[in-house]
Amino acid sequence: MVELAQEKYRQLEEFMAGVKQGPRPESNLIAILHKAQELFGYLDREMMDKISVEMKIPSAHIWGVATFYHYFRLTPPGRHTVSVCMGTACYVKGAQQVLDAIRNELKVELGETTEDRVFSLQEARCLGACGLAPVVMIDEKIYGGLDSRKVIELLRGYRKKAGQALVQG
Amino acid sequence: MNNNVTPDYIITICDGPSCIHKKSKELKESVTAQLKRFGLLDKTRIILSGCLGMCAKGPVMIINPGYTIYAGFNIIDVPEIIEEHLVKKTQVSRLVVQEDNLYNRFYRVFGDVNFFGKQMRIALRNCGIIDPESIDDYLSVRGYEALAKVLSDMQPQDVVQELKKCGLRGRGGAGFPTGLKWSLTAEQPGPEKFVICNADEGDPGAFMDRSAIEGDPHTVIEGMVIGGYAIGASKGIVYIRAEYPLAIKRLEKAIADARAEGLLGANILDSGFSFDLEIRLGAGAFVCGEETALIQSIEGRRGMPRPRPPYPSVKGLFGKPTLINNVETWANIPVIILDGASWFSSVGTEKSKGTKVFALAGNVVNTGLVEVPMGTTLREIIYDIGGGIPDGKQFKAVQTGGPSGGCMPEQYLDTPVDYESLQQAGSIMGSGGMIVMDEGACMVNIARFFLEFTQNESCGKCTPCREGTKRMLEILTRITEGKGEAEDIDKLERLGRMIKKASLCGLGQSAPNPVLSTIANFREEYEEHVRDKKCRAGVCTALLSYTINEKCVGCGACKRVCPTAAISGAVKQRHVIDPAKCVRCGKCMETCKFNAIVRG
Repeated sequence: MVELAQEKYRQLEEFMAGVKQGPRPESNLIAILHKAQELFGYLDREMMDKISVEMKIPSAHIWGVATFYHYFRLTPPGRHTVSVCMGTACYVKGAQQVLDAIRNELKVELGETTEDRVFSLQEARCLGACGLAPVVMIDEKIYGGLDSRKVIELLRGYRKKAGQALVQG
Repeated sequence: MNNNVTPDYIITICDGPSCIHKKSKELKESVTAQLKRFGLLDKTRIILSGCLGMCAKGPVMIINPGYTIYAGFNIIDVPEIIEEHLVKKTQVSRLVVQEDNLYNRFYRVFGDVNFFGKQMRIALRNCGIIDPESIDDYLSVRGYEALAKVLSDMQPQDVVQELKKCGLRGRGGAGFPTGLKWSLTAEQPGPEKFVICNADEGDPGAFMDRSAIEGDPHTVIEGMVIGGYAIGASKGIVYIRAEYPLAIKRLEKAIADARAEGLLGANILDSGFSFDLEIRLGAGAFVCGEETALIQSIEGRRGMPRPRPPYPSVKGLFGKPTLINNVETWANIPVIILDGASWFSSVGTEKSKGTKVFALAGNVVNTGLVEVPMGTTLREIIYDIGGGIPDGKQFKAVQTGGPSGGCMPEQYLDTPVDYESLQQAGSIMGSGGMIVMDEGACMVNIARFFLEFTQNESCGKCTPCREGTKRMLEILTRITEGKGEAEDIDKLERLGRMIKKASLCGLGQSAPNPVLSTIANFREEYEEHVRDKKCRAGVCTALLSYTINEKCVGCGACKRVCPTAAISGAVKQRHVIDPAKCVRCGKCMETCKFNAIVRG
């Protein structure tokens, strides 16, 4: 586990070293945060401090940027990320009801992770699949034409699989 | 197959966002396997193309020659299609898209003539036609010819003049004359200048830029190199949403391919002109679509707008003169150079030239991507191209411009699509989102939806936008919850006008538009919410009431599903709902087999 984290830090450091070769390295802060999130799944204070030292950018500035953009998450994500599309087309076709059903089923609010760490719930602005509205994306997979009943069935299926994976270790 | 041999067949499989979810990749594998089975693989070229615009019918596959369009089929149908079509030379007619709609017509003639039905494709001319990952494909449709022409025959000022003459206006929404923007940036002293492509498409319900880049990334690159030459910049940046991984991947590949062919980098085509491109990712902030906020974001800061002037053309990225245009604007440039400014300005209306791409969505039969000449009416787009409203429902309103635009009711359906006319109708052109709503949509709720979005995305820098949108949202929420007060509508109007006038950037200046336009056009609906506590569309749950009528047989099914035990009544007798306990979830209505529960 520790080795894995070290390896990831090494990759991040390598990325920052690459950036520093080019002009205006500090302008790449958002790219660095993208890389860090890609490696670790989220951004935490310790990591931001490391970036701060390496890039000579104040920690406060990095924190400001990380909290400004919705794409960056500051808490560890669950096993599956459920993104409910709240684009206009989905909204017109009942995305709110789908979202309410998910909230009820998982007992979490937007931006939160379930207690068992199986699901993180978030909203997406538009997944670009308006033809299939309303749409929910679980990890990288899109499910279209949903209603509150179908989405609950879908989540239960995922939860069952996650439970089995956990038992098998 | 070998690219030097002319193939007997070309099979184009749509790989647009909707079709990807319908397994376009697996389809391609299946088609390949079937072709192998019949020994046709060497004679056929398979293209995974960008969005063909038929999202509602996906997956979509076109077999050429013959322009036969197969749509809405399953992977198990592939063996049958290949065998019938390519071996037995017939068609699987149940899966072929029939002739009588507009979608068909333009694919048939696409590439030969400029007109197909009511659509006209300039920015999206290659989307769905070429393989977006092949630079050879792009070159075969006169790709990079405009760049060659510019570098060999034209001085930078000639290019700017051509742009001024053609009348192109910014496609990001505001409609600023592109030629003027170019000449203002070109006039500034160098040596360091920048060219930026704004691909931070943030409007909910809009996917034009995504489809344009996924379908034809080289067009954007070519446009940007021409822009760099015209204004004297040697560096370009594409600022694109991180949420569009496929578009990013294709753009990266296109940039690498263009570099390898000497179309990007040092000394392009031996002209002595050097220009290179870089991709920067956004991170999910709507306000970064505003040009000064976008520049802040590229510099590695919070994306907050700053007052203008100075405009980016004078003081932009890293304090240097910067030319920012939207994806669709860039995609138009090669056509303007090759076909000429006078041809381009012959398309469209007096003040709005060329075409506009719209992402048609909502309660309309053919959801998808359309490109129409300026001046086409909303009615033509919704009914002729879009196929009208599904399920026999009534049209209620059309929304353009996303969270910055407005809702237009039926009397505006004959409004021609151009910057001025849409503004007069109380909306804006915007970047191209077009949402159609039927009678089931509540206008107060839609206004609340958009305002919730802008409120959430407000960067917080200026007070009118930060505080004003919050107060407006509170009032709207109150109205939809049945707690509206008599003076609320006037308050919303007053506050909205103030926010428009006093906000720093385009986000705040346009945020009240959805509210103001729905009040202007659907005032009686607001009044019903406030005065009568009624929502005629049946959307605002707090304003609904459920009652049981004489059709009730007393089966007790509703009583069992009611989560709050609001229903009472003896067996075989008419039940009643206690409105004080009822939470208006509607479960009883879904459960009742006798249509005995009515919503009012």
